[in-house]
Amino acid sequence: MSLAKIKHIVLVLSGKGGVGKSSITTQLALSLSLAGHSVGVLDVDLTGPSIPRMFGIESEKVTQAPGGWLPITVHPSSPPSDSHPSGVGSLRVMSLGFLLPNRGDAVVWRGPKKTAMVRQFLSDVFWDDLDYLLIDTPPGTSDEHISLAETLLRQARPEQVSGAVVVTTPQAVATADVRKELNFCVKTGIKVLGVVENMAGYVCPNCSECTNIFSSGGGEVMAGEFGVKFLGRVPIDPQFLVLIETGKRPRYPKGTKVNGEEFQGVETEREGEEEKAGNKEGLLVNKYGDCSLAPIFKGITSDVVAAVEGGR
Amino acid sequence: MAPSIDLPESVEDVLSNPLKQKPNLVAPEPEHCPGPESEQAGTADSCAGCPNQKICASAPKGPDPDIPLITARLAGVKHKILVLSGKGGVGKSTLTAQLAHAFATNPDSTVGVMDTDICGPSIPKMLGVEAETIHVSNAGWSPVWAMDNLAVMSIQFMLPNRDDAIIWRGPKKNGLIKQFLKDVEWGDLDFLLVDTPPGTSDEHLSVNTFLKESKIEGAVVVTTPQEVSLLDVRKEIDFCRKAGIRILGLVENMSMFVCGHCQFESEIFRATTGGGKGLAEEMGIPFLGAVPLDPRIGMSCDYGESFFDSFPDSPACKALKGVVRKLAGEIGLDPEQVVPEEK
Repeated sequence: MSLAKIKHIVLVLSGKGGVGKSSITTQLALSLSLAGHSVGVLDVDLTGPSIPRMFGIESEKVTQAPGGWLPITVHPSSPPSDSHPSGVGSLRVMSLGFLLPNRGDAVVWRGPKKTAMVRQFLSDVFWDDLDYLLIDTPPGTSDEHISLAETLLRQARPEQVSGAVVVTTPQAVATADVRKELNFCVKTGIKVLGVVENMAGYVCPNCSECTNIFSSGGGEVMAGEFGVKFLGRVPIDPQFLVLIETGKRPRYPKGTKVNGEEFQGVETEREGEEEKAGNKEGLLVNKYGDCSLAPIFKGITSDVVAAVEGGR
Repeated sequence: MAPSIDLPESVEDVLSNPLKQKPNLVAPEPEHCPGPESEQAGTADSCAGCPNQKICASAPKGPDPDIPLITARLAGVKHKILVLSGKGGVGKSTLTAQLAHAFATNPDSTVGVMDTDICGPSIPKMLGVEAETIHVSNAGWSPVWAMDNLAVMSIQFMLPNRDDAIIWRGPKKNGLIKQFLKDVEWGDLDFLLVDTPPGTSDEHLSVNTFLKESKIEGAVVVTTPQEVSLLDVRKEIDFCRKAGIRILGLVENMSMFVCGHCQFESEIFRATTGGGKGLAEEMGIPFLGAVPLDPRIGMSCDYGESFFDSFPDSPACKALKGVVRKLAGEIGLDPEQVVPEEK
């Protein structure tokens, strides 16, 4: 049983597309890994898998082993060090993107085929020991979600399925769809661990003025109405996007404010050295540690961990 | 050895085997079911032992008998345009809503908007008709009229509660889309805009199958500039090519952000790989324009207003108008008649 050795399974859901499910999943995974947990990420978005791109491992291919499909390793675990007192947990990823012959190929599947694939992903991937399995989902409340809920109900132990992190953006058009997703969770009996409001504000790189591009506060209001925990606001950080797209270590001008607080960037001495090295060296997880969103996610992650551990 | 996924249904197979009518089943579809509507229904390997096998095997094969009905129903519709994107949240519905407003500014043209996003309908909110319901008459379902010349159809109008989740598998969604085309009294429309959910799945295949006979004018593909989004949009373009849907053009949304405080332009979603323009050139499709990110567009959508009326001076509004004009050109209309050039 491929799920047998997984301690906690957390779903990342949203009724709306493009709100940042995959980027939240990625950051949760990196953040959990930085906290010393071993993490697996399963991407069940079959027609638009983004997770391989997010981790910069698009060209990898899955290998077959006697225990099942072997997920792609983003980084192995490393023992505790000065910068990471609790050590860094291993991070492994599985996505349909790794199985496609060409990256531009369309996967045109009707429901039953998608259902079968989701089941296969849950039963045939050899995860081995994991503290957390994060499942990134496509938008909506349809085939993939129904199959996921059904299969988890059947194959996983009830205490394994910890619940779902629901992602939204602040504007009313998005929360309208996400409300439907919260009702989906109620109907299928999936516990909602909390709501994350993504893309809440964008700080102009020129004048540090924060603009609420997609208005603000919608996620918190919705969480309040449904009586679920509000995990926090994540602003748009173009440096995070650059990190994902090009692998460049995030850099911030002095005085950058994140959620109203001064952000302490990397020290200047280190900067000089790395500039020479092309800024792209190092593991994604280490580079992410320098991102302005990392401290925000540290908070969100500890809330999620607390909710997961507390719910047992 | 790297396992490849078993792709028993290649894209071409799926497209060349359009849906038949779904028979009445006696049990739920089993795992690996080829689909009761498919050509292999009742005869595939996985059908052995299924209680539905006989029903599926004996159901009439061949094309769906409802397709001629749909064609007849939509005979009065001049231009059928799909709005597609492989990626979610890039602004399909926003663009659809604004296109609808733009086309409807001409009092002589009638516009219809059909929302095929069953699990996350956004169109009613964006057009300010969220609380409406549909009326049923002898002639069929009457769409909701957002303006005198703008008809809207969405599943949202059929929900008893606004926040109800629609937890449906593919076949059920296909059935509703068929009803939207077959049972809705669209009347004589100049434009029918079809808003779609993200991806390349049931909804897209169904719309394509049902409208094949009555001719789709083409598809507008929406993207945002970053590669994560282009990656999925490339798949959508691949789908359109294989399905034989003409691509009217690519729109890049959320391309630049102008700070309201210092007017500094920054790229929020940086186009590290050439953005929409690069993709359009790579794929050899027309590039309709880049629409900057303006928080007021989002606000207009939240309140269901026309962005063109509310903020006519905004650069985003000018860009959107440019897109509409180019699109009008692509479908052989005089751009001046659709959106008159500003003096």
